[in-house]
Amino acid sequence: MADRVEFAEQAMQFAPQLYSAALRLTRNSADAEDLVQETYLRAWRSFAGFEQGSNLRAWLYRILTNTFINKYRAAQRRPTETGLDNIEDLYLYRHLGSLDASRSNRSAEDTMFDLFTDDEVKAALEELPEKFRLPVLLADVEGFAYKEIASMLDVPEGTVMSRLHRGRKAMHKLLYDFASERGLISSDPVGAEPHTADGIQQ
Amino acid sequence: MTDCNDTLRELQTFLDREMSETARSVIHSHLEGCPDCLEAFDFHAELRVVIAAKCRNDEMPESLLAKIKQCFGEDPEVEVSTH
Repeated sequence: MADRVEFAEQAMQFAPQLYSAALRLTRNSADAEDLVQETYLRAWRSFAGFEQGSNLRAWLYRILTNTFINKYRAAQRRPTETGLDNIEDLYLYRHLGSLDASRSNRSAEDTMFDLFTDDEVKAALEELPEKFRLPVLLADVEGFAYKEIASMLDVPEGTVMSRLHRGRKAMHKLLYDFASERGLISSDPVGAEPHTADGIQQ
Repeated sequence: MTDCNDTLRELQTFLDREMSETARSVIHSHLEGCPDCLEAFDFHAELRVVIAAKCRNDEMPESLLAKIKQCFGEDPEVEVSTH
């Protein structure tokens, strides 16, 4: 891209989504703002390294990801990975069962949309250990391909796939737990055993 | 005919659109004849839409825009218009 002004204007349009991604990574607004600012500063300085015609958005996310990994990761609390492997496939689906949209007038998507609050979905992603949070964010929120994520994180595609697999399961489990805690899921559609009145099965 | 386990194993890869056309069409034809698998695929497709929507709706502070523009302002010849 020959024109720096054009570059700056095009890059600016991605600021809101980069800020959201930065929030999921740093988990607080002050660090998220710093991370986005740092990303733009680095992008601006390495402008010459950007190949015209390539994907500007992917390039900015690569810088964001690398800046986060290099600068903020060390300071992050490291949640334990214990239990990540003990979650069955399709956990949320199996436990929620059918949302049964046919019983309401709303579409299935609206039902799912109302099932979890914004804060719960954000928290479920943010609680993932970083190794899993990054690929899940980049794939499921930002829509990048395995190949792009592998390149951003500098790991093989197979590693991206396995981290996505584990990360998604863990995130879905957290979503289920949140909905459960809120009492939103009153009975287990799969489980054969009815819950007691206070929801605790002894 | 592909069985349900094989199909469900490919669910995420399918939704990620990281499959050959041939492999996709195998999944498609299974889903056409299997309401149970179709429901599971629909569920996860919808879940993904919801997760993406709810994880990127944060309101960016106005002050950040100004800070970003300062980054661009490193070079005095450059002016950036606000959108």
